[in-house]
Amino acid sequence: MTQLALVIDLNVCVGCSACVTSCKEWNTSGSAGPLVDERPYGADPTGTFFNRVQTFEVGEFPATETVHFPKSCLHCEDPPCVPVCPTGASYKRKEDGIVLVDYDKCIGCKYCSWACPYGAREIDEKQKVMKKCTLCVDRIYDKNLAEIDRKPACVKACPTSARLFGDIHDPESVVSIAIRENGGYALMPEWGTHPANHYLPRRKTNLKIHEDELERADNPLKKDGKLPKPSKNEPSLDDISSW
Amino acid sequence: MNPAFSVIFLTTLIGAGQGLFLALFTEQSYAVFHLLPRQGGGFYAAGSLIALVLLAAGLAASFFHLGHPERAWRAASQWRTSWLSREVIALPAFMGVVFCYAVAHWLDMNWVIATLPGGAVVDFTVLLGAVGTILAFVLFGCTGMIYACLRFLREWNSPLTVINFILLGGASGFILAAFYASVAAPELSSFFGAWAIILVLLGLAGRGASLIRNRRLRPKSTMQTAIGVKHPKIVQKTQGSMGGSFNTREFFHGKDAAFLKLVRPGFLLAAFIAPLGLLGLSLSSPATLGLAFLFNYVGLIAERWYFFAEANHPQNLYYQTIG
Ligand code: SF4
Ligand code: SF4
Repeated sequence: MTQLALVIDLNVCVGCSACVTSCKEWNTSGSAGPLVDERPYGADPTGTFFNRVQTFEVGEFPATETVHFPKSCLHCEDPPCVPVCPTGASYKRKEDGIVLVDYDKCIGCKYCSWACPYGAREIDEKQKVMKKCTLCVDRIYDKNLAEIDRKPACVKACPTSARLFGDIHDPESVVSIAIRENGGYALMPEWGTHPANHYLPRRKTNLKIHEDELERADNPLKKDGKLPKPSKNEPSLDDISSW
Repeated sequence: MNPAFSVIFLTTLIGAGQGLFLALFTEQSYAVFHLLPRQGGGFYAAGSLIALVLLAAGLAASFFHLGHPERAWRAASQWRTSWLSREVIALPAFMGVVFCYAVAHWLDMNWVIATLPGGAVVDFTVLLGAVGTILAFVLFGCTGMIYACLRFLREWNSPLTVINFILLGGASGFILAAFYASVAAPELSSFFGAWAIILVLLGLAGRGASLIRNRRLRPKSTMQTAIGVKHPKIVQKTQGSMGGSFNTREFFHGKDAAFLKLVRPGFLLAAFIAPLGLLGLSLSSPATLGLAFLFNYVGLIAERWYFFAEANHPQNLYYQTIG
């Protein structure tokens, strides 16, 4: 079974909101019609977004850290929002685990949004239907796009590669490896929703440089021994410019 | 949560309608066993019609909650998993039976179905009334479970929610029945009134219990589990919107704590204490009983408002600061 998901690396996210803009652009231009945007340049703008970047300050000044926290539907493996829907408009796809809303069936009762602990669903006040992240289901399978572009718009947009996309049920996928090796975790595990999307924690990056790494021990020019040892400021194979 | 008036009216109106029907059939059941004088068909028919009007008004109010009321029929499809869907089926079914009950009484369709040992006669109207009673409770159950089944809305996630829907709906229905009887069959108003007092007292106990329970609740979700950072001090700087969103409108009541503090004693007074006082004053005067129902109903609107406002959704953790 496949469960597509995003893994978001809080260690690299810089809070630029490129994913938010890219998501909005892609999803407002699709066949489902625009995502509402009211008074976008007014004093009190509001609208529907699938993805928002929030910012939190952790700690007490001066020992604080700023955490940028992108949040969208987590495509829960046990989604509480789905069984409560009276019309069947909300459903979870068997083939890839994406949770979707059928905009033609939704009656806009908002009950599913009450049933999502993460606030991931937002009603479209113009179309009067419930909307949420689709994992760019209209993109990731599109054969007209180059293979490299068959990824959610947010993933493509992220300048720091803080967003990974893949199948968390495949232990060898980039997302599974990232979760496994970097302490990936789920949000609000207390509700047993088993979110598919995971987050990678902030972590300290330490780089230890050993003496022999400053001067390459395996430098063929040195190993060979036949050639005279080049002086340190002569060009080497590493700086190919002058060869 | 932000209380929606469509849902407040839906739940309070159908509650009163269900209660009134249950009151009428309670009286008829007493009459079957010769404990009370059986009334003419017109009494039950007109009473059920009033119940039907309340139910229809509630149903109409519910449509204002929907973005696409023209698709409402679809809401009957997921009865296997959704309590909302079950309510969508139970409400019209109950209304249908109440309508049949009214018609059967109106046309005196008193066909005998069985005679119990002891001489109690079960006729066609009794059968309809029994089916209606079952459906009334099914409907109370569905309405209550819509809220009680949401496990992370912990203020609602308790059997007390369902129990209170039954008790509060029953109380308002029986007060209304007492008022109706004081006009249409004065010898019955004290019967309904006595039941009303019992139900108002039980309702007060049930609602009081849920208020106490909710005051003691400690949130399971915290800022720490919400974003997965263990540090005890986390402050939101921006929620990713400059002017609010669906998330800030749907899940916050928009009033301050002082207002909430005012509503709580307000509804306890209007929905329970005032009707008890008025019922204590007189079980026969239409004016007093009418006033009791009015107080109770207005109180229940406030009670329902508070019911929604009090529920604190965990998503609110993500929506604290606009910036
Ligand atoms: S994050 Fe919310 S909307 Fe998305 S699947 Fe989970 S419960 Fe449903
Ligand atoms: S708002 Fe739409 S998707 Fe959500 S529960 Fe209602 S009908 Fe289903």
